[in-house]
Amino acid sequence: MSNIFADIQLATPEIFVFSMACVILLLDKVTHERMPKASFLLTQLTLLVGLYLVTITVPEGGSIKAFNDMFVLDGMAVLSKQVILFLTFVVLIYSYSYITERKMYRGEYFVLILNAVLGMMVMTSASHFLTIYIGLELLSLSLYTLVAMNRDSDLATEAAMKYFVLGALASGLLLYGMSMIYGATGSLDIETIRSAIQGMESDDTMLILGLVFIIVGIGFKLGVVPFHMWIPDIYQGAPTSVVLFLGTAPKVAAFAFIMRLLVDGFQGLAENWSDMLTIIAVLSMATGNILAIIQTNLKRMLAYSTISHMGYFLLGILSANPNGYSASLFYVIVYSFTSLAAFGLIIMMSRAGFEAEEISDYKGLNKRHPWFAFLVALVMFSMAGIPPTVGFFAKLSVIQALIDVEMYWLAVVAILFAVIGAYYYLRIIKTVYFDKPERNEPITARFGMQFVLSANVFALVLIMPWIGVIMDAVSNAISAMG
Amino acid sequence: MIALSDYLILGAILFSISVTGIYLNRKNVIILLMSIELMLLSVNLNFIAFSYYLNDLAGQVFVFFILTVAAAESAIGLAIIIVLFRRRHTINIEDLDSLKG
Repeated sequence: MSNIFADIQLATPEIFVFSMACVILLLDKVTHERMPKASFLLTQLTLLVGLYLVTITVPEGGSIKAFNDMFVLDGMAVLSKQVILFLTFVVLIYSYSYITERKMYRGEYFVLILNAVLGMMVMTSASHFLTIYIGLELLSLSLYTLVAMNRDSDLATEAAMKYFVLGALASGLLLYGMSMIYGATGSLDIETIRSAIQGMESDDTMLILGLVFIIVGIGFKLGVVPFHMWIPDIYQGAPTSVVLFLGTAPKVAAFAFIMRLLVDGFQGLAENWSDMLTIIAVLSMATGNILAIIQTNLKRMLAYSTISHMGYFLLGILSANPNGYSASLFYVIVYSFTSLAAFGLIIMMSRAGFEAEEISDYKGLNKRHPWFAFLVALVMFSMAGIPPTVGFFAKLSVIQALIDVEMYWLAVVAILFAVIGAYYYLRIIKTVYFDKPERNEPITARFGMQFVLSANVFALVLIMPWIGVIMDAVSNAISAMG
Repeated sequence: MIALSDYLILGAILFSISVTGIYLNRKNVIILLMSIELMLLSVNLNFIAFSYYLNDLAGQVFVFFILTVAAAESAIGLAIIIVLFRRRHTINIEDLDSLKG
């Protein structure tokens, strides 16, 4: 029996975020009329203090386990938690005016966001099927509710229903896979499972069956083809502020989730899952990039672009070596910040009664507001992966990882689809710069938000001299895994 | 004596029924919720059977967690159905088609 106080100390950030979620839930009942801003400010404070607590609880060398090996703290967990907390902090800055204008400003909104963040933090630190499952469900249940938060919208409620059914199906499949693995290896602890698998035949039926179900579950949660049906509907239907959240931080958590389950747990089956992920990645890159071309709704187009980006993200993981994993982590962090900027721009263009979702709403933006037009162009360049934006380095690093393991054909396929993908990103730039404007009302966005958004977009370009530093941090995080 | 494989076959049958229910049902959203519930219960059956035959308690503890989460999940599902019904006055799945493309 390990020392319970030492265990609790390792989980301080999680415990803090959870306690604050409870405090905000109660306090909001008192302050929501007199000081409506209190819940928002308190949530932001929680995220910042959480970030600080995560940073000071860095384990010294390698990984530390706690709570009877259910909880693990290592470099990857720390880095992912920092990114998740920071992303959520920026997400809330962007969404503040959106949710107040649409009467979605309620204390529950922030409590649900904090619970989702807690779920993600638990997921990244999980080293047991039970903690993985609880973290995942805490995240998913909060997200279902957030999507349904705008109760007056037909589209949002329909999106919530679809998300709920497919999300629950995914959890069911994942659990069925876990039960098979439990039966095959006799344990729920990831490290025990790994050593049990090493002593088994790699074509054990029950083991492979479990692995297939787990991959399907992961595929659903990640939204990769052929398990992507929900992504476009949710992105289009849900309020933009919620899409902004669910399209950024959970992707980082999904990376940690895959690392813990597939890479840590099923190391012995790397050949099997690498093949499965190859098929999924190729299909995602193809379907995402081709279907995005025919979209007229910007949010739906970005949804298909997410699908293709998740395909690229899997390329690093399927190369099944530490270089590939750090390329994937780098890719997913870069992608989260790029899509943060993209949805931030949609939020900034919109106001009550006008969502700015259609691509045609951006016609001739350059004549109305040259600065925003420039920001849109930079974000689209980064999404397409055109140098000198950071999106280029992200694509470069995953393709580099493929070449290192001599999967040349896959690298060629990835580049081909990146070229197809560039078409629809560049089409947006064409719409912004060369089409005649259809609307001419001024764009009103709060100065603070404009400033943060501009900083976010410029970071996508100006980060270049420090890319080496980020790459080092990412590969240190991966090599410090247990 | 009931063999482990009997439990697993029963679990697999229940699981297949629930997946078929989710995919074939075109009428009522409530039936979807029932299918999801059945799916989680079939997983529970698997866990308990394995737990008994492996003589390991962890599986049974996991089942308690799944049951709790399943209850929370149904609560959220029903809440979403209520919001949906208020907006559209129907919970027919075929009517949920305004998002596509």
